[in-house]
Amino acid sequence: MEGVRTAGEGIHVLSFTSAAMSRSIRAGQFLNLRVEEACEPLLRRPFSAYRIEKSSIEIVFNVVGRGTAALRRKKQGDVLDVLGPLGKPFKTIDPGFDTGVLIGGGLGVAPLPLLTSALKQEGKPVVTFLGARSAAQLVTDHLENLHTATDDGSRGFRGNVVDLVSDFLSKHPVEHPKIFACGPMPMLRAVASFARASEITCEVSLEGPMGCGIGICQGCPVELAGPEKSYALMCKDGPAFDIRTIKI
Amino acid sequence: MALTSFRLAGLELKNRVLVASGTYGYGDDCLETADPGKLGGIITKSLSLKPRIGNPPVRIAETAGGMLNSIGLANIGVHRFLSEKLPFLRSVDTAVIANIAASTIEEYCEVLRILEGEDGIDGFEINVSCPNVREGGLIFGTDCAAVAEITRRLRALTKKPLLVKLTPNVTRIGEFARAVEAEGGDAVSVMNTLIGMAIDIKTRKPVLSTVTGGLSGPAIKPVALAKVYEAARAVKIPVIGIGGITNASDALEFLIAGATAVQVGTANFIDPAAGIKVAEGIARYCDENGIPDVADLVGSLDARSGTSVLDSWL
Repeated sequence: MEGVRTAGEGIHVLSFTSAAMSRSIRAGQFLNLRVEEACEPLLRRPFSAYRIEKSSIEIVFNVVGRGTAALRRKKQGDVLDVLGPLGKPFKTIDPGFDTGVLIGGGLGVAPLPLLTSALKQEGKPVVTFLGARSAAQLVTDHLENLHTATDDGSRGFRGNVVDLVSDFLSKHPVEHPKIFACGPMPMLRAVASFARASEITCEVSLEGPMGCGIGICQGCPVELAGPEKSYALMCKDGPAFDIRTIKI
Repeated sequence: MALTSFRLAGLELKNRVLVASGTYGYGDDCLETADPGKLGGIITKSLSLKPRIGNPPVRIAETAGGMLNSIGLANIGVHRFLSEKLPFLRSVDTAVIANIAASTIEEYCEVLRILEGEDGIDGFEINVSCPNVREGGLIFGTDCAAVAEITRRLRALTKKPLLVKLTPNVTRIGEFARAVEAEGGDAVSVMNTLIGMAIDIKTRKPVLSTVTGGLSGPAIKPVALAKVYEAARAVKIPVIGIGGITNASDALEFLIAGATAVQVGTANFIDPAAGIKVAEGIARYCDENGIPDVADLVGSLDARSGTSVLDSWL
């Protein structure tokens, strides 16, 4: 553990070092943290990899429950039990698009800095949209070509981030875009319906409780699109899914 | 080095720690973190005749020291298991026990027949105790005559080790163990999950989509230990202890209570190498205490009186 710093109102960035993990993480993958050594809470907690700088790895979180409360108490020098990287990365290597349209809601910003780097490596420009309740909850570091929306209008567009995206793209059309979105479920649903209506390819990164993070407990089903009911697993088949493949 | 290997109904296992059904997939998801060849055995996810998609979300809930699940026996079905998963399992140097779930006695028989001739399947564990499916599952598991009938019918179909996994959701588990023994079952696995429930007080909704689910994890260990003790006193066939084992110390308690071997379940979700660490810890305990064979521990409980554990408690 390197420490926990504050990155906004109630928002914390935890950093730790792992040379091996820092080399293997791809944008969109997650890390499964054991927040306590004892059996309370029992299960690991999943977090997107937020930033990598040499062998230093960061995750971003706010305290919403006992898992994140335990993480907040971690200190420099503590040893952290991390399983990862887990899950499938975003599909950034895809000849079907030229520009990455990145959309984050609240702490859904988490996977976007690594995604920005990955897309730049592919030579693909990005335009980023980030929404939050107010300016204090916007975590805007390490993003590019950023446009913000806040519910209270304290910074950027007043309203939700999907309306901002819709408004922006109607005025500044983008050549062969692909949307990558991460945020709360209502936002992802709105992103998905916008993407469908605009016929833009779209991947959404889902968040939810997971038991194991590697597919053995089968506790995180995601209903697949198609006439016959079936499920994928959020942890193993996701957490990012093309919206054409899932019920959203 | 203490002797860790033993024979379970004629099957040689390298140690007494297996991974429990439904907590290790089909063995191929845990590779990067642990070598399954160091386990005494792998018990597969429950296999049914047809694939099952499982229950809708929400399927899991974390509770104090444990978790509830309602997976609903999601599995790829016995046929895809043979073509997609068994080739890998054959390559692992450990025993492979196929767990079978079904909603009729005929279906149990059919699945076992399909698996019986397959090279690489070393034995069977029969799931008569899933709390999360409508047909089969607990309807069989809580009916002693049904457990006896299933054991009798399956015994006639195989000479491989036949284990029956019992539910704790009965008054006297010893009677069920005796029924399995009487019908020729080779061992009983004690126990499956306890029926449990969690409610979200904000919405007044159950957390699980099926309202109730199966409780597992450290929270259930004392219950499991008592059930193993009861079953082990009721029968002469081996009892395989399961329930909340997360470390070697937990496993040793089960062995002392009378379990011939143990299964590690929920602990795999937190650390897929948990089973291997338990096996190594048991061997270390024996070496440190001058116990030449792990078998010497089995059923070695001295129940004449209790003991003070003040040091470890303080």
